[in-house]
Amino acid sequence: MTQDVVKKNQSQGNGNAEMAGETTRGHPVFRPFTDICETEGGVVIAVDMPGVGQDDVDITLEKRVLTIRGRRQRKTPEGYRLAYAEYEEGDYERVFSLSDEIDEANIKAAVQSGVLMLELPKAEPAKPKRIEVKAA
Amino acid sequence: MALYPTSAFTRDPFFRDPFAAMRRLQDEFDRAFVPRSAGYAQAGFPAVNMWQGEHSIALTAELPGFKADDIDIQVKEDTLTISGQRSAPEVGEKAVWHLRERPTGKFARTIRLPFRVDAESVEARFRDGVLEIELQRPAEDRPRRIAVKSA
Repeated sequence: MTQDVVKKNQSQGNGNAEMAGETTRGHPVFRPFTDICETEGGVVIAVDMPGVGQDDVDITLEKRVLTIRGRRQRKTPEGYRLAYAEYEEGDYERVFSLSDEIDEANIKAAVQSGVLMLELPKAEPAKPKRIEVKAA
Repeated sequence: MALYPTSAFTRDPFFRDPFAAMRRLQDEFDRAFVPRSAGYAQAGFPAVNMWQGEHSIALTAELPGFKADDIDIQVKEDTLTISGQRSAPEVGEKAVWHLRERPTGKFARTIRLPFRVDAESVEARFRDGVLEIELQRPAEDRPRRIAVKSA
């Protein structure tokens, strides 16, 4: 039902994969680790975006293409300088194409503890139209 | 001679050759790890950044989806252990997984710090899935400036 549109190389880090491309902000863009689960009522998506708060997420759904973006505010502990690094702070971006119709008006999104939870309810299916074939 | 920076760090063996400590850290990281079966594919979970302050060190780690209560931090001498677990999301019986990339399970990571730290004054904060631990060097271990008297 879902398919990853943008393919990028995997790299190390905490669930964050390789950079998608350059941004004008000069930060790397990561492809975040994602869970997608389909239930009867819809699709639930969980995206790991450490360092991203509720207000830093941008979600768009256009023609069944779902784009998730998270902007991370870079933080340096006050009075400290970086001595050793295993991860880099950057933005997150991932694009999925959805095969089912989604009830766009009822999409729910919440960010908690650096994880974006998205609930995409399925739209009411269009009723199949039966065409009777009459004998001549 | 402008070859050497003149900060307080140059008097400290750790900061005189920070790479030695980093290499040691890296080795620790590579070895001290978590069973792979825990679900984490990386060599080290969580990924950790280390920051140096004047008489302290700060560690930041990415732990998205954890609750503060799920994270356990232990400090002894110059060893820091972070452990915790993230449980798999609960879904109904009829649910179908399309993509499962987010790791779940237990982790534990032991990190050797560049100096002994004061276990009493360790501070830890957790915000937006990022853990920050601040560790102070005990006052008696701090480098001391020795005045040279002229004869």
